[in-house]
Amino acid sequence: MELSREKLIDMLGKMYKIRFFEEKVDYLFSLGLVHGTMHLSIGQEAVAVGAVSALKSDDYILSTHRGHGHCIAKGADINLMMAEFLGKETGYCRGRGGSMHIADIKSGNLGATGVVGGGIPISTGVGLSIKMRKTGQVVLCFFGDGAANLGAFHESLNLAAIWKLPVIFLCENNMYGMSMSVKKAVAIKDIAKRADSYGFPGEVVDGNDILAVYEFVLKAVKRARKGEGPSLIECKTYRWKGHSKSDQNLYRSKEEIGSWKKKCPIRRFKEKLISKDILTEEKVKVIEEDAKNIIEKAVDFANNSPEPSVEEIFEGVYS
Amino acid sequence: MRKITYAEAIREALRQEMRRDENIFLIGEDLGIYGGAFGVTRGLINEFGEERVRDTPISELAIVGASLGAAITGMRPVAEIMFMDFITLAMEQIVNQAAKMKYMFGGKAKVPMVIRTPAGSGTGAAAQHSQSLEAWFTHVPGLKVVMPSTPYDAKGLLISSIRDDNPVIFIEHKLLYKTTGEVPEEEYEIPLGVADIKRKGEDLTIIATSIMVQRAISASKELEKEGISVEIVDPRTLKPYDKKTIIESIKRTGKVIIVHEACKTGGFGAEIAAIISESESFDYLDAPIRRLGGLDIPIPYNRNLEKNAVPQIEDIIKAAKELIGK
Ligand SMILES: Cc1ncc(C[n+]2csc(CCOP(=O)(O)OP(=O)(O)O)c2C)c(N)n1
Ligand SMILES: [Mg+2]
Repeated sequence: MELSREKLIDMLGKMYKIRFFEEKVDYLFSLGLVHGTMHLSIGQEAVAVGAVSALKSDDYILSTHRGHGHCIAKGADINLMMAEFLGKETGYCRGRGGSMHIADIKSGNLGATGVVGGGIPISTGVGLSIKMRKTGQVVLCFFGDGAANLGAFHESLNLAAIWKLPVIFLCENNMYGMSMSVKKAVAIKDIAKRADSYGFPGEVVDGNDILAVYEFVLKAVKRARKGEGPSLIECKTYRWKGHSKSDQNLYRSKEEIGSWKKKCPIRRFKEKLISKDILTEEKVKVIEEDAKNIIEKAVDFANNSPEPSVEEIFEGVYS
Repeated sequence: MRKITYAEAIREALRQEMRRDENIFLIGEDLGIYGGAFGVTRGLINEFGEERVRDTPISELAIVGASLGAAITGMRPVAEIMFMDFITLAMEQIVNQAAKMKYMFGGKAKVPMVIRTPAGSGTGAAAQHSQSLEAWFTHVPGLKVVMPSTPYDAKGLLISSIRDDNPVIFIEHKLLYKTTGEVPEEEYEIPLGVADIKRKGEDLTIIATSIMVQRAISASKELEKEGISVEIVDPRTLKPYDKKTIIESIKRTGKVIIVHEACKTGGFGAEIAAIISESESFDYLDAPIRRLGGLDIPIPYNRNLEKNAVPQIEDIIKAAKELIGK
């Protein structure tokens, strides 16, 4: 393990922040304070934090409709995220994007898309630009199991392969695309295997084991930085909550959901850090409390922020 | 008569047609157990099974392509694209293949397929889940474009669309799904290409599509209180369209407002305005043609911005008063 103590603790803190952020916005939604819909990644925190922890701060990510975890892992300001949820002028997208479209260009988060698979072709362009500008950066593209069945996925993987682009294709396989079980949507066992047909490595990882995610992504990052081209990493995980706010969970059983809750990635990592004497229960409590406080402050920040003005509705369509 | 919702009317049309003709099948994402993102196909899988209520992976291009292939070989598919925004992923098969096949092959191919898809804003789903892209499809010869505004029209127009031997883009509206109206239990067809006068009036014609028909009706009730009598024409199908009903109405009222949710620039309202200008009704106009459409911006997330991005009841009232000079 090349990870310092501080970094490990930071990683756990980020997982808590993601969990508490999503629990909070879920609650705010139930009060009618959040417009639209949202896609929660509760249960998948190890993928976002593990993967992004293997990047440098100037590396890029592309996110998805289920992207709150990616943003927080990349270092987003929670105040600005919460303000975006509440549609405020101070939010990341001036209240124009909402839950599905948070981008933080400054931190290398090139944005979330509401179109499944929409970020995958973009990531090849980012990889191309890195290569042409010779900056030594990499780009990590998150997408779901469902996205791997779009033409965009196949065209992009091939392009990245033939041009040896520094792209890490990170498939968050949470077992379902909406109600569609991956077992019905894909005729092979592992999506990672598709990398074979494009001529680069594909790996399957336990997506609830943050250190395994970190390790595999780090390997792919090193390969990309050396100019050896892309990798595909499939992290097997599970979404605890419904797909979005219209989901009645009719396509899966309570038992199945329950069995995955027992594999909570946060608890698993916490217990590991305690068993290695990196943390104690008391210190974990402090980390949890800190994360909760940050979320509470963000709600205050968002509540006290102004609404966007209708006079400025046309601003930002063109440069 | 019995009242049901717009979503129920669509479901009933699907159910009755599937019972009538076993070559009809549904294909799309999350149609089965989930019942579609807006619940329109809920329960149909119980009656017709997985073969005919066919869930697909997330593959819009292949959903349309598979429908097309099935359509030209004897089946009658009804595809669903979950949000109209994602029809962009299927444009190749719709525009280059499905629309052209009959003519390009000397009139010999038959393409009996329907693509159902919900358009429109108002749900807070922002720029990539709120578009109204109907005008694009009217620009492509070979496609028919249908946009029902009431449960009654939704049922009758969908039945006609399914029975039609051409590719039909059937555009629903998310905010209409829960609206209710009188719908006969038996099957009936509303011919494609026939407009409907939703309200008779004398001072002003409002030509509105989809949800804007409902907003125009609400506006006309307010305007009536101030002595302004509004006639509302709903083209119902944009292609083919019913020139005659539009022209006759304007000849009676001499004033016209065209309202749609889609961005005003390049919207179908421009086509309607052009039709009026080219017709004999132009001579009857005693005020300029007025168009109301969505602002030329992506739909914003914030509730208030979102509302301001597309015409609302108040906007229609205001435009009507301005036109009448009150
Ligand atoms: C092109 C496209 N088709 C359909 C949808 C509707 N939709 C949103 S998320 C989703 C499921 C995505 O599954 P997956 O890629 O596995 O991501 P997950 O939601 O599981 O994180 C669907 C069908 C969409 N947003 N974009
Ligand atoms: Mg998934």
